[in-house]
Amino acid sequence: MDAQQALADLTEVSSQIQTAVVFDDKGKVVGSTLPDGEPFARAAADLLAAAEEVNTGSSALTQLEVATAAGSVFVVREGETTIAATTAAAPTVGLVFYDLKSALRSAKPKPPPKPRPKPDAENGPSKPKAKPKPKPAAKKPPKPRKKPDAS
Amino acid sequence: MRRSGVAIVGVLIGMLIGAAFIRRRTAHAEHVDLYFEDGSMLSLSDGSSGADRLLPLARKLLSDARPG
Repeated sequence: MDAQQALADLTEVSSQIQTAVVFDDKGKVVGSTLPDGEPFARAAADLLAAAEEVNTGSSALTQLEVATAAGSVFVVREGETTIAATTAAAPTVGLVFYDLKSALRSAKPKPPPKPRPKPDAENGPSKPKAKPKPKPAAKKPPKPRKKPDAS
Repeated sequence: MRRSGVAIVGVLIGMLIGAAFIRRRTAHAEHVDLYFEDGSMLSLSDGSSGADRLLPLARKLLSDARPG
């Protein structure tokens, strides 16, 4: 699924999210609900950078919420991809983070499939598979013993 | 006896209204929540040095995002 489709699904599923933009670590917009997502992505990257400066610990910042009277800003980062979104005031924070993470995972380009291992040319053609052994025939029920003649 | 009962009910209603007002104010207070990879979280309330830097950026972002 491409980022634009993931964002369309996100805004359809979550009524709280007003705008959302997906961008990479170089600031390139991958998908946006805005006609021009570049300024929004740049501002979100600035916000993330400023938040990283606040961090005093060694652990990396993965997500943030800034709540203002006018609304909230959410930023979630996973690897090289980041999603930023705005909501109205007093959103359901956990739900918005969950929806953003789901959208981010859908928007991420999937790694190319691994090539199939080729048959080893040096060892020659691979041996044909041995035929499965036929199952032993079912045992015949033992014949009823003949009673010795009474004569 | 009856007067004191009315007074107690009045005080209780006043306390409830006050608690609801305070809760509403704190819930809508401006703040910044930062979540880190190790699962830790840092909450910055309005007035702290970190929040004072991040809140204007967020306000600008919100105004940019609004159409018109």
